Amino acid sequence: MDLNYTPDEIAFRDEARAFVRAHLPPEIARKVIEHKRLGKADYVTWQQILHRKGWVAPHWPVEFGGTGWNPVQRHLFEEECAAAGAPPLIAFGLYMVGPVIIAFGDAAQKQRFLPRILASEDWWCQGYSEPGSGSDLASLKTRAERRGDHYVVNGQKTWTTLAQYADMMFCLVRTSSEGKKQEGISFLLIDMKSPGVTVRPIITLDGEHEVNEVWFEDVEVPVENLVGQEGRGWTYAKFLLSHERTNIAGVSRSKRELAYLKHVASKEHAGGRPLIENPRFRDKIARVEIDLMALEITDLRVLAADRQGKAPGPEASILKIKGTEIQQALTELMMEAVGPYALPDLPDAWGDHWLGEYVGPEYAAPLAARYFNYRKVSIYGGSNEIQRNIISQQILGL
Amino acid sequence: MDFDLTEEQQLLADSVAKFLDKNYSFATRQEIIASRGGYSPLAWEGLAGVGLLGAAIPDAYGGFGGGGVETSLVMEAFGRHLVVEPYLATAVMAARLIATAGTDEQKKYLLPSIADGSMRFACGFHEPGSRYDLGHVETTARQENGMWVLNGVKSVVMHGAVSDLLIVSARTSGKPGDPDGISLFFVNPGEEGVAGREYPTYDGNRAAELIMLNVTITPESLIGNVDKGLPLVELTADRAMAALCAEAVGCMDALNQATLEYLKTRQQFGVPIGRFQVLQHRMVDMLMHHEQAKSMALLAAVKVDSEDAVERRRAVSAAKELIGRSGRFIGQQAVQLHGGMGMTHELAVGHYVKRLAAIDTSFGDSDHQLDQFAAAESARPVERTQFEKPRSKWKQIA
Repeated sequence: MDLNYTPDEIAFRDEARAFVRAHLPPEIARKVIEHKRLGKADYVTWQQILHRKGWVAPHWPVEFGGTGWNPVQRHLFEEECAAAGAPPLIAFGLYMVGPVIIAFGDAAQKQRFLPRILASEDWWCQGYSEPGSGSDLASLKTRAERRGDHYVVNGQKTWTTLAQYADMMFCLVRTSSEGKKQEGISFLLIDMKSPGVTVRPIITLDGEHEVNEVWFEDVEVPVENLVGQEGRGWTYAKFLLSHERTNIAGVSRSKRELAYLKHVASKEHAGGRPLIENPRFRDKIARVEIDLMALEITDLRVLAADRQGKAPGPEASILKIKGTEIQQALTELMMEAVGPYALPDLPDAWGDHWLGEYVGPEYAAPLAARYFNYRKVSIYGGSNEIQRNIISQQILGL
Repeated sequence: MDFDLTEEQQLLADSVAKFLDKNYSFATRQEIIASRGGYSPLAWEGLAGVGLLGAAIPDAYGGFGGGGVETSLVMEAFGRHLVVEPYLATAVMAARLIATAGTDEQKKYLLPSIADGSMRFACGFHEPGSRYDLGHVETTARQENGMWVLNGVKSVVMHGAVSDLLIVSARTSGKPGDPDGISLFFVNPGEEGVAGREYPTYDGNRAAELIMLNVTITPESLIGNVDKGLPLVELTADRAMAALCAEAVGCMDALNQATLEYLKTRQQFGVPIGRFQVLQHRMVDMLMHHEQAKSMALLAAVKVDSEDAVERRRAVSAAKELIGRSGRFIGQQAVQLHGGMGMTHELAVGHYVKRLAAIDTSFGDSDHQLDQFAAAESARPVERTQFEKPRSKWKQIA
């Protein structure tokens, strides 16, 4: 029993830290830390910096561009990135479709798509949810009919994150309505520039354009864009979910946010004293901090099991639930900390090149929007209620 | 980083589990509680026989040489079996305190007597007016003719009436609440002027109010240095709390197992009640509380042996705060999910619930721990400057 890292692990962490500190552009880190709006270029710039170092896809097999790091090394790297304020890697290519293509794609697909994912030349988006298929994903209705060497796709996807930037979509489509609903689903790669694809923004509570509706009207997709076998898409989708778990708890990001919360609470005043010294507010911070300490150990316990080759299991659902609860609590406390100055709604103030006057402290500007935005985290990626169903079935056997 | 037990630790965990399975069933435990002394001399002998009383005693004095982790392995098993023996005060608090601060004579005489089961201890650190404040000591010890004379009252001393030797804190200078001026003493309960009133506690243990009236003891009864006892009292309390956290985790484990079993077998409306989603999700919440509690008990077990008192206090208080909350949640839900059966005295469930409640109260409940944690937090150097970077270039121009 030893909660300390080995000298080798510490040496690795120092190397990762030195690289991240030297190469992460400070203006990007500043946006991340201060909750300013990130643009496509910010994400791509950082991913390309990592790509040039060969570190953009640590979890991929080495032959496809991975680093060969073990789970602890990957964890340490993610910690260093988060602590420094690096933007999160966009998961759709690197964490979602990439591993699926590696596991189930054919040689041509690997050759065509993987290098472009690594180089951030293609921005991918995820075509899963539909208006009628949320938590009950397998009920999806978007149809793909085989006609000669094409599929013709008709239907609608929704909640498609950052589809406005996307070059490609990996999409679950129904190729058969026979048998069990899971069995008629296929995994299709769709070029977003194809005729018949329409992307319409959905504006969320925070006033931001993050998600979209995507419509397909007789969109032709070449059959070589089918991953694996027709009708096996559900299996690939489940495989993908098990790989999405990397850093699912978000501990290192939450640690950075907790430090920022303390920073804000030390700047704000209540009754003539720093808010952080107000017993009521201090207790709220302390309680989140304790929950986060526990989650960090829980995360490391899962990681240690992972290192010993135990398959990623339903524990990921625990990490997702507790991790998102803490993330939400932090955004809530941050908004609470700035009091009435959470109210001004000036979306330009947290964008690029804002030269106007702030109302209240600069750090207060994006905090309400962030609080409203973060209500999403307990809904997406399998809502926290669906995660409870998974734990109930797979761990408890109920 | 390594969560595995060493071979010796695994052996220890196995032997305590085996011993209790064989000798400490719930029925036996209920008989012990109803017996005159409220403890089992037979079980005590057995614990000594398998070496458990020496788990935290140095090898040189007939022990196992363990620390926080070894203690937590024993205590977790005790939690599963609701053990009511004076193990915590004797084999954890007294044994480790003597090993840390005792003179060679004290170690040579007392430690082997703990390991072989011939001496039981009780620790009186709290007083009627102190609540959970270890520094609030009104009991006095004054020097008279080369002897120490003690006067005062110690409250809710666990197993206070069945011990062979008491360890008490007393004020040798200053006033109640002063950090300096507290000293620790061994007091023989048979000494003239020591009176006790024994009573049962709701968790099946026994405790006593101890009154000391002009109790005269030898200079050799002093533990550690005069006036410098508080850090030792705090260290001993932290060790006890880390052990109690492990015991609580054992109780939670037993409660969750029993509740899950009940959900699978109890039939209502023609199905096992575990089919109902509202109960499934409740059970999942109980599981998550248990996992987070396990993580914190582990952190406390490791950090309680930290040289850095602030780091130690921070981890132990955080663990006990979280475990107080999770113990309350699991306890209340276990009764709720067992329905009317959970209310009965005959089922073990309620007894675990009571023990968890008692553990929360011991050495300070969650509210108290939150205060302690926040105090330790503010004593820690925090790097707040990372958010005070100079403005970026365009900002300076503006």
